[in-house]
Amino acid sequence: MTNETIKQKLTEKFGDQLTGWQEPYGMLTFTAPKDLNLKVLQFLFDDTELRFQFLTDLQAVHYPDRKGEELAVVYHLHNLIDNVRIRFKVFTDMNKPDVFSVTALYQSANVMERETYDFFGVNFVGHPNLIRILNVDEMDYFPMRKQYPVEDQLRIDKDDEMFGR
Amino acid sequence: MSRPVQFNNHVKFEGIPEGYMGEGFMATNFEKVVSLARKNSIWPLPFATSCCGIEFMATAASHYDLARFGAERMSFSPRQCDLILVMGTIAKKMGPILRQVYLQMAEPRWVMAVGACASSGGIFDTYSVLQGIDQVIPVDVYVPGCPPRPEAILDGFMKIQDLVNAEGLRRRHSDQYKELLAGYGIQ
Repeated sequence: MTNETIKQKLTEKFGDQLTGWQEPYGMLTFTAPKDLNLKVLQFLFDDTELRFQFLTDLQAVHYPDRKGEELAVVYHLHNLIDNVRIRFKVFTDMNKPDVFSVTALYQSANVMERETYDFFGVNFVGHPNLIRILNVDEMDYFPMRKQYPVEDQLRIDKDDEMFGR
Repeated sequence: MSRPVQFNNHVKFEGIPEGYMGEGFMATNFEKVVSLARKNSIWPLPFATSCCGIEFMATAASHYDLARFGAERMSFSPRQCDLILVMGTIAKKMGPILRQVYLQMAEPRWVMAVGACASSGGIFDTYSVLQGIDQVIPVDVYVPGCPPRPEAILDGFMKIQDLVNAEGLRRRHSDQYKELLAGYGIQ
């Protein structure tokens, strides 16, 4: 099963809705509109030839320069039987970061989506328990968004000169 | 045929306190005796979180041997230990847990912050790392280093021993100590 056959099967089913076809380091990568993420993943799961039944990673990336679609949710899928990996991206707006949750399809997405919510603020619609997982519960901001300075500017107990402030 | 002992034959003996000796009795200062006993039998609780924990493992192993200072029994229960050795990075989420472990310790208790991360947050000046465990519990000895060498950890342990020796019996009931704990929100 080569990247061409995967691309062909996907475009047969979804047509022009899938864009951004790339192959960085030989790994097929494509983008879909955010409403279709569950449908695309379900198709990749159920198809008898493309058996992408292992979700390796679910993460987000914040692109501050792409206005209107700043947060990208990235799914890494793996076909364990034929040893093929692909990457699937979904973009969403920062002001309304709602993405459908894939926990119904992949159980491992449960904790991974909680982590993505904790650090980027992506709201996964349909997640059974979307609360913070790695940070303290009282935190009211999303640390991995690229809008904060690296160090806390309000610190008074560290010597500014020695710490480059 | 037994060989004569070649190594470790300069064993240091801990002297007995001065006092009045007689036939079958000795009269001395109670504090001195109790301090002597306490300082040579400190049972530590290794609260090892990261890399400094590995250095602690090396300290407790046979080459650097922490046991020769009396720390033979590492108790992993706070209820039965004297000294908590906090070794490693403590995240803000771990802070309340560390505080809970400290509250479960019985008096007299000492705290040693091993390594840069436990003393001040170390190189991790971020949103998730507690900048020093003295934000949540009172600390007696700080051992700097990233990680500190086993010799440095032993030096810190010996400083704890000096503190135990000099402390006296009434410190834990004094007002100053109560004020110190109140500063941390501990009754």
